[in-house]
Amino acid sequence: MDLEEAEEFKERCSQCAAVSWGLTDEGKYYCTSCHNVTERSQEVINTDLIPNAQIKALNRGLKKKNNSEKGWDWYVCEGFQNILCQQAEALKNLGIGPELKNDVLHNFWKRYLQKSKQAYCKDPVYTTGRKPTVLEDNLSHSDWASEPELLSDVSCPPFLESGAESQSDIHTRKPFPISRASQSETSVCSGSLDGVEYSQRKEKGIVKMTVPQTLAFCYLSLLWQREAITLSDLLRFVEEDHIPYINAFQHFPEQMKLYGRDRGIFGIESWPDYEDIYKKTIEVGTFLDLPRFPDITEDCYLHPNILCMKYLMEVNLPDEMHNLTCHVVKMTGMGEVDFLTFDPIAKMAKTVKYDVQAVAIIVVVLKLLFLLDDNLEWSLSNLAEKHNEKNKKDKPWFDFRKWYQIMKKAFDEKKQKWEEARAKYLWKSEKPLYYSFVDKPVAYKKREMVVNLQKQFSTLVDSTATAGKKSPSSFQFNWTEEDTDRTCFHGHSLQGVLKEKGQSLLTKNSLYWLSTQKFCRCYCTHVTTYEESNFSLSYQFILNLFSFLLRIKTSLLHEEVSLVEKKLFEKKYSVTKKKSRSKKARRH
Amino acid sequence: MSDFSEELKGPVTDDEVETSVLTGAGMHFPWLQTYVETVAIGGKRKKDFAQTTSACLSFVQEALLKHQWQQAAEYMYSYFQTLEDSDSYKRQAAPEIIWKLGSEILFYHPKSNVETFNTFADRMKNIGVMNYLKISLQHALYLLHHGMLEDAKRNLSEAETWRHGENTSSRGILINLIQAYKGLLQYYTWSKKKMELSKLDKDDYAYNAVAQDVFNHSWKTSANISALIKIPGVWDPFVKSYVEILYQIVPSHKLMLEFHTLLRKSEKEEHHKLGLEVLFGVLDFAGCTKNITAWKYLAKYLKKTLMGNHLAWVQDEWNSRKNWWPSFHFSYFWAKSDWKEDTALACEKAFVAGLLLGKGCRYFRYILKQDHQILGKKIKRMKRSVKKYSIVNPRLSY
Repeated sequence: MDLEEAEEFKERCSQCAAVSWGLTDEGKYYCTSCHNVTERSQEVINTDLIPNAQIKALNRGLKKKNNSEKGWDWYVCEGFQNILCQQAEALKNLGIGPELKNDVLHNFWKRYLQKSKQAYCKDPVYTTGRKPTVLEDNLSHSDWASEPELLSDVSCPPFLESGAESQSDIHTRKPFPISRASQSETSVCSGSLDGVEYSQRKEKGIVKMTVPQTLAFCYLSLLWQREAITLSDLLRFVEEDHIPYINAFQHFPEQMKLYGRDRGIFGIESWPDYEDIYKKTIEVGTFLDLPRFPDITEDCYLHPNILCMKYLMEVNLPDEMHNLTCHVVKMTGMGEVDFLTFDPIAKMAKTVKYDVQAVAIIVVVLKLLFLLDDNLEWSLSNLAEKHNEKNKKDKPWFDFRKWYQIMKKAFDEKKQKWEEARAKYLWKSEKPLYYSFVDKPVAYKKREMVVNLQKQFSTLVDSTATAGKKSPSSFQFNWTEEDTDRTCFHGHSLQGVLKEKGQSLLTKNSLYWLSTQKFCRCYCTHVTTYEESNFSLSYQFILNLFSFLLRIKTSLLHEEVSLVEKKLFEKKYSVTKKKSRSKKARRH
Repeated sequence: MSDFSEELKGPVTDDEVETSVLTGAGMHFPWLQTYVETVAIGGKRKKDFAQTTSACLSFVQEALLKHQWQQAAEYMYSYFQTLEDSDSYKRQAAPEIIWKLGSEILFYHPKSNVETFNTFADRMKNIGVMNYLKISLQHALYLLHHGMLEDAKRNLSEAETWRHGENTSSRGILINLIQAYKGLLQYYTWSKKKMELSKLDKDDYAYNAVAQDVFNHSWKTSANISALIKIPGVWDPFVKSYVEILYQIVPSHKLMLEFHTLLRKSEKEEHHKLGLEVLFGVLDFAGCTKNITAWKYLAKYLKKTLMGNHLAWVQDEWNSRKNWWPSFHFSYFWAKSDWKEDTALACEKAFVAGLLLGKGCRYFRYILKQDHQILGKKIKRMKRSVKKYSIVNPRLSY
């Protein structure tokens, strides 16, 4: 090693804090007191000393040396494309058909690039003085069938493989190489070519791409294919790390360096929120000018009849309740194709919350059967219990109290485990994000430190306790008849709460109270609010249970329940119910 | 039926009642609350990272309270990521929190040992420069706790020479503490060596070498601590050890009087005895013969000691001195000279002389003969006490 002191480097050594540097053969600085080698090389430092004017020299110098420090040139939207690719792959591994990735998502994405003028169009956004050598608008017509092989392949990352090669194909989506000079004039930097500019861009009418929005794309694709995954399922898979999201950038190619402004764009530190993604789905769908989606018919998984059955099973409620949910669906018109199918262009594009709606319907049915006023449900339970004791051989009557006890226990356990898992969640990736080159050794050192500390403490932890990742499942709760510890209520009868009147069945309960008396008509996003203390404890429990299942806020579910009731009680009905009397919302 | 609805309700506290009344009356926007909370952080919603790490911290603390070391370690594993928090304020606060909790876990966890602790401490010290001193100090205390004095001392020495980081006031305090503990450890070593020495016979060939060693050690230690106690603060435990060393090497040091005061105030009998020794020690030296405080103390203390029936103590001290003190302190010459210079001093000395040599001694008689317009009453009292308590007095020989 060269023992010559490198005078110009004045930083403190990150290991021993001394300021005494030498240069290795590769031109990197190393600390002469503890021999810690840094990643800083002399060239970079020198250019720091010579401000502004020599930035171009920096570019030239680096390109000549083919320094792997800076890596490839890449654009932000390429990063997003990579993430989408990863997500599609993950969905494939979950059992979704490959068409989603190859066709649907692919097309949506291309359309997005076109609409946001980042590619496939006459004047891509990157023009800064240089004329694009590319592109006609091949996608001016919204015909999905014909598809040129523009994005060269379907494996990821499509962009970057050609990045290292020459620009032989003029149809490559990379409009042209942008000079780094225009970016490095600012004091902030980024690994991507347009990171800084991207985060500052505010074009009217353009929907800017973000990491949460990738899930909107995924959901749109799933919806288009009418796959058996609801939005809440999708988000739950993300939370459980079955779908790349939090540190998706970790899997970018090695040469795609991320730092500076890229952190803000790709470094996500929150899980996706249902309402947020839902809104984005509609926004993107509208922005892309998508036509009416394939019909959601009665045989689709997303149809409330099927979803209701699924959720009834999941929360251990009797199968017989399904008849009632189907009736409610019919009465409210929520099973109609036109109601369910997503049509971005249409004004009432507010459906697609299939999971929340299905669950809301179940809540309404529970209210119809048991009233949930902290009183009737328990009286009915007493009757059921008495009956069951006397008639042990018959199909048991559904006992709300028993169900509540079992369900509450299971729910509390699940919730506790969920909270513990969340508290232990590791957000930081192996590939630390740093602000700039100056920051890089510090960031890497920190990461090293964390890893070492974790290694040390992992010896104190019982290794059997840290079980492997759970395999993804659509059901969070499982109930079987054979399980003697926990009663399975699927086969129980609703006889205890229904009575015959002529040819029809009526509920024994003849009362009802509305979740919302008056809907808000202003322009706020919510049509109602949910104040827990205004409602019965049973109702609160039910809402908490289902909200946890779907990982949504209780207020969202409450709102949906209110909307279902609004539809339900607007019409007259006769088959299963007596006329209900509305009751004022409970107040303590 | 009622049991279960009760089960659902749970205990209703005053708070709950209040809020429901409030919400019943006015408008309530629960979703607004979360936005209001973000005002403090500039309108951005709180990230899940912040929420989960904060929950993680609670879990660690809960586990520690319940002595569930394994659980605590599990959560700690995840908590380390706060060192990489993108919020710079939290990132800077992280090392201290991690050190506190981590060291606690490693202290109690059955699978942990000194080795593990040392590695951990060394790692944590080097994260940034702000924590080095504090962690070094605590690390040293841990080692002390485990009886590893040499390691602790080494640690403290290293920390003492730490020159990095800002020169804040807290840093100053920490350095002082480090030096203090180092001094304390040196005192301990010195003390042990002294004990060794006392076991050796004076004729033993090793005696001189050990004695020399002890002596050197004493000076080193006292030098350290003396610098320290000049700084304002409460240094009592350190001072005690300092003074003890000094007493051995410089019995006439003026601090000895303070030392005596401390000893006198102590509740232990052995301290009281030592207090007497110290006083006699001080007055053994020529430089202190005119120190009125010393004489005052001795006078008072002798009386107290004799009143407390500790004649033996006094006799112990006096035995080695009775041959030379009389001419050294209580000669006729001194009586005249002291009275001329300082009557108060002379009186105190007289009292002592009286107690030790009896009322017939020259010094006592001379003072008594002098004109006592001012000190009349005091002299009378003195006369009475001497009569009663003097060790020469046959009355007290039982």
